[in-house]
Amino acid sequence: MIHFVLLISRQGKVRLTKWYSPYAQKERLKVIRELSGVILTRGPKLCNFVEWRGYKVVYKRYASLYFCMCIDQDDNELEILEIIHHFVEILDRYFGSVCELDLIFNFHKAYYILDEVLIAGELQESSKKTVARLIAAQDSLVETAKEEASSISNIIAQATK
Amino acid sequence: MALSGMRGLSVFISDVRNCQNKEQERLRVDKELGNIRTRFKNEKGLTPYEKKKYVWKMLYIYMLGYDVDFGHMEAVSLISAPKYPEKQVGYIVTSCLLNENHDFLRLVINTVRNDIIGRNETFQCLALTMVGNIGGREFAESLAPDVQKLLISSSCRPLVRKKAALCLLRLYRKNPDVVNVDGWSDRMTQLLDERDLGVLTSVMSLLVALVSNNHDAYWSCLPKCVKILERLARNQDVPQEYTYYGIPSPWLQVKTMRVLQYFPTIEDPNTRRSLFEVLQRILMGTDVVKNVNKNNASHAVLFEALALVMHLDAEKEMMSQCVALLGKFIAVREPNIRYLGLENMTRMLMVTDVQDIIKRHQAQIITSLKDPDISIRRRALDLLYSMCDVSNAKDIVEELLQYLSTADFVMREELALKAAILAEKFAPDLSWYVDVILQLIDKAGDFVSDDIWYRVVQFVTNNEDLQPYAAIKAREYLDKPALHETMVKVSAYLLGEYSHLLARRPGCSPREIFTILHEKLPTVSTSTVAILLSTYAKILMHTQPPDPELQHQIWGIFNKYESYIDVEIQQRAVEYFALSRKGAALADILAEMPKFPERQSALLRRAEDAEIDTAEQSAIKLRAQQQTSNALVLTDQRPPDNGSVPVGQLALVKMPSMSHSTDASLADQGLAQENGTLSKVDPQAAPPSADLLGDLLGPLAIEGPPIAASSEQNLVSGLDTVPSASDALALAPVVEQSNSVQPIGNIAERFHALCLKDSGVLYEDPYIQVGIKAEWRAHHGRLVLFLGNKNTSPLLSVKALILPPAHLKIELSLVPETIPPRAQVQCPLEVVNLCPSRDIAVLDFSYKFGTTMVNAKLRLPAVITKFLQPMSVSAEEFFRQWRSLAGPPLKLQEVVRGVKPLSLPEMANLFNSLRLMVTPGLDPNPNNLVASTTFHSESTQAMVCLMRVETDPSDRTQLRMTIASVDPTLTFELKEFIKEQLVSMPTAPTASTVPAPGTPQVQPSVPSATPTDPGAMLAGLL
Repeated sequence: MIHFVLLISRQGKVRLTKWYSPYAQKERLKVIRELSGVILTRGPKLCNFVEWRGYKVVYKRYASLYFCMCIDQDDNELEILEIIHHFVEILDRYFGSVCELDLIFNFHKAYYILDEVLIAGELQESSKKTVARLIAAQDSLVETAKEEASSISNIIAQATK
Repeated sequence: MALSGMRGLSVFISDVRNCQNKEQERLRVDKELGNIRTRFKNEKGLTPYEKKKYVWKMLYIYMLGYDVDFGHMEAVSLISAPKYPEKQVGYIVTSCLLNENHDFLRLVINTVRNDIIGRNETFQCLALTMVGNIGGREFAESLAPDVQKLLISSSCRPLVRKKAALCLLRLYRKNPDVVNVDGWSDRMTQLLDERDLGVLTSVMSLLVALVSNNHDAYWSCLPKCVKILERLARNQDVPQEYTYYGIPSPWLQVKTMRVLQYFPTIEDPNTRRSLFEVLQRILMGTDVVKNVNKNNASHAVLFEALALVMHLDAEKEMMSQCVALLGKFIAVREPNIRYLGLENMTRMLMVTDVQDIIKRHQAQIITSLKDPDISIRRRALDLLYSMCDVSNAKDIVEELLQYLSTADFVMREELALKAAILAEKFAPDLSWYVDVILQLIDKAGDFVSDDIWYRVVQFVTNNEDLQPYAAIKAREYLDKPALHETMVKVSAYLLGEYSHLLARRPGCSPREIFTILHEKLPTVSTSTVAILLSTYAKILMHTQPPDPELQHQIWGIFNKYESYIDVEIQQRAVEYFALSRKGAALADILAEMPKFPERQSALLRRAEDAEIDTAEQSAIKLRAQQQTSNALVLTDQRPPDNGSVPVGQLALVKMPSMSHSTDASLADQGLAQENGTLSKVDPQAAPPSADLLGDLLGPLAIEGPPIAASSEQNLVSGLDTVPSASDALALAPVVEQSNSVQPIGNIAERFHALCLKDSGVLYEDPYIQVGIKAEWRAHHGRLVLFLGNKNTSPLLSVKALILPPAHLKIELSLVPETIPPRAQVQCPLEVVNLCPSRDIAVLDFSYKFGTTMVNAKLRLPAVITKFLQPMSVSAEEFFRQWRSLAGPPLKLQEVVRGVKPLSLPEMANLFNSLRLMVTPGLDPNPNNLVASTTFHSESTQAMVCLMRVETDPSDRTQLRMTIASVDPTLTFELKEFIKEQLVSMPTAPTASTVPAPGTPQVQPSVPSATPTDPGAMLAGLL
């Protein structure tokens, strides 16, 4: 299973974290610090796997951003590597060629999307189309609620005039 | 695209981004936290929008690594909000902010449950996602039934059900009892018929967890999984959106194959055949392509297929295909594939015997040890470690030593430990072993644990031939200008014990040795000083005739340390000083250390422990356990922990020192046991007093518990009370460690297992392991016996005699009289079958360890069925022959009772292993099995044998068996033999390593006791 997902920028800034195994805040920080040290210093053309504390971390760099997922030692590494790519493609489709800034300012969106891709540290949906459809449905639910709210406040405003 | 604007949040994020340094950032964050805190305080005035905004800000701050110790309640309370937007934020932020054990979660269990069982699909999804991500035991107990209901509900849409599957997986991980196996296994089978691939993917993840705990309950899922895999591999009926770069859901393929790896075998021949076709297609049909993602996805599937093939240990050709593929992979440029190639080669070594093929790639693997990527270097190191054996140990260990000087710091300790273990396990000669360890200490002293140098001391002590060599080496290292402290310790110890053997060499006179050692004293730590003091005392004792000047010098040192701050050193100084004035008695007291009892290497144990730590529950481990060991390299076997090995590991090192110990009774017992085993190994050893003091004075004793401050008189009185110590010896539970050498594992079970397969262990005891590997061709057999010495001392007077029955011609090549320490010798054995008989050849095998004579009479698995060649016949042909062989004596029938109950596929497997080829479907009655084969002997041509077994589904303990062949003897003998197999077959799954009561055990010193008589053994089994 995937124990956690980290998105770290090349400068070591955290862009997104999601923990499927329980880690206290202190441990989370330690893990991030340790792994940034290991992964950000790795040169290009090396393999996408790092062995760390009896686990494996599968990572991939997209422009200035490193996507990392921590798995058990005997999990299938390439499968996870492609889950990363699958997630990136979905983000890309949603934001329209995604960049680091999109994820910084819409980190909450990234959480919604991640929750449609992974649950319990396992892949939930491998169809990009389905994920896109579900996210769009969520967005429209929020939008409708907003419109309702504003129309109600309009009514109230009108009534109290 | 709908990016919902939340201006306040964006402003805050860009503020944080614009901070010049960490300090500014902290100020900005603190300001925001203060703001949020005041806003939450008068919650009344907060609009839902504001509440959402602040909760998101909190999460952002938390994600950046700041502690957020308030506001959790506000986040959690949003879960109970009636509207979707608030609820959504509540669920997501809570699942990021809180861990599974957080108290606040308890408060919302009810709300969450209402959302799960409510009708609102979107609420269901939110709740399932949160529980799936952070649900703990409490959630498991209260929600599992509801989640199960959703998963199997026909009215729920896929988007809910796939979440329910993974949510249940989480709950199952937290508490496996929440899934009731009985009802649920059928449900899982039905769920595998799911058409929606999203749901199926989630269900498959759930199934992996379920079968990893209990594959027995989910047998019925196996054929379905093979079907799913077939469908995906052939790309049948896979919607476009579920193909990934042209590959039908690689993730589902991988998961399905993972499930299959938890089943020990696949019995149904049709299912097995289909699966192998799929695997073959994956192995052969995966090409390297340019597109990175396509390449990764297809190789993810390929590597999982490799793992599955390894697990099923298929036809040999498929296995060699796998090795060939891996050989290709470790040489490619793409680093991921190279890494995985190395990793999987290591796994392959764990499950099958492919050592020889992998050795061909040794050069390539050594190159990977110098790869720029540390991940790859690590894999290469692991693989070299696993593939090492007697034949390549020298090369590999030397590579490791060379690499040690340039290796990364983080790898050095592991590297040193592995090199030390390999040197010990596979040393072609012991002087090489000493060389390696000393080099290791020299090059990487900081990374060499104490266990490593303790071990080299044990080896040297136990092998007299080695002692002068080791002493010379130690002396040579002392000339080096900069010396690691561990080197000082080991040299001091070795020279103290054995430098007198070198006295005539230049630079090795007692005084010279003393001088060069004493030079090191000012720079070493107290534990080393203690060893040096012991060494000085020993040098003094060995200096004959005494050298007054040296004596004076050393006494001076003892005097100096009498008031030293460390109590251990103080005590040694006082005692050695007193002892060294005792004159002739000194020689007795400081006599050489006795041999150490054999024990498992502490290093190996450490390595094993480390492995256990990291991988519990993993598929590969389970797989390794399911395979019956066919390891022929003796040292891979782990000596049992249950008392067959005389003394616990390192007991000596931690031995309490005699009468000083505060807990005297315990010490006595320890001593007595120690002596018990010592006298067993070498009964002619020096009188007990010398042993005791030898131990006491040895530097190894420094590891003992702190010694109470008592000194000379105490020690001398200890000397005087030797009789009492020997009393203790008499009282000690020596009975438990009786002189008999107990075999490890059940000999009869081992024999039975070997009747069904061609390689494995025939016999094992704490000193030796006898492996066997056989090839059978028509009436010829070629067996190789592997005799492996598990000890650090040689096995002597090794004898092996074959007592062949009349129908076999057996030639055993010469068996060497001595098996050197840790070595394995191979003895080929030629067998020719003259005529059919179920008599069994016996190997009369004996050896001497120390003064213990061990004798074992072992049945050789050269049984009648080994001369069978399975033959398939058509129905027509079968019935023609069956009819032509009418009635006794050519065709014999018998009702066999008391059969060990087996399912039909299990029984078919058994017959196939006995080389009787079962043809399914040939007999119209599905409860019957029909098999055919040919028998070969020197005197006749191949003779056809046919068999039919009629089983009774209502009573599996009886069956009717009919056997037919053209030779009445053959018919009879074969029938009797198969009967024996059916009746006496040991219960394989519960096979334990503890010798079952009543099974014959080898009695040393009773060379041909009746229980080991093969006839008696057979009778006992029937």
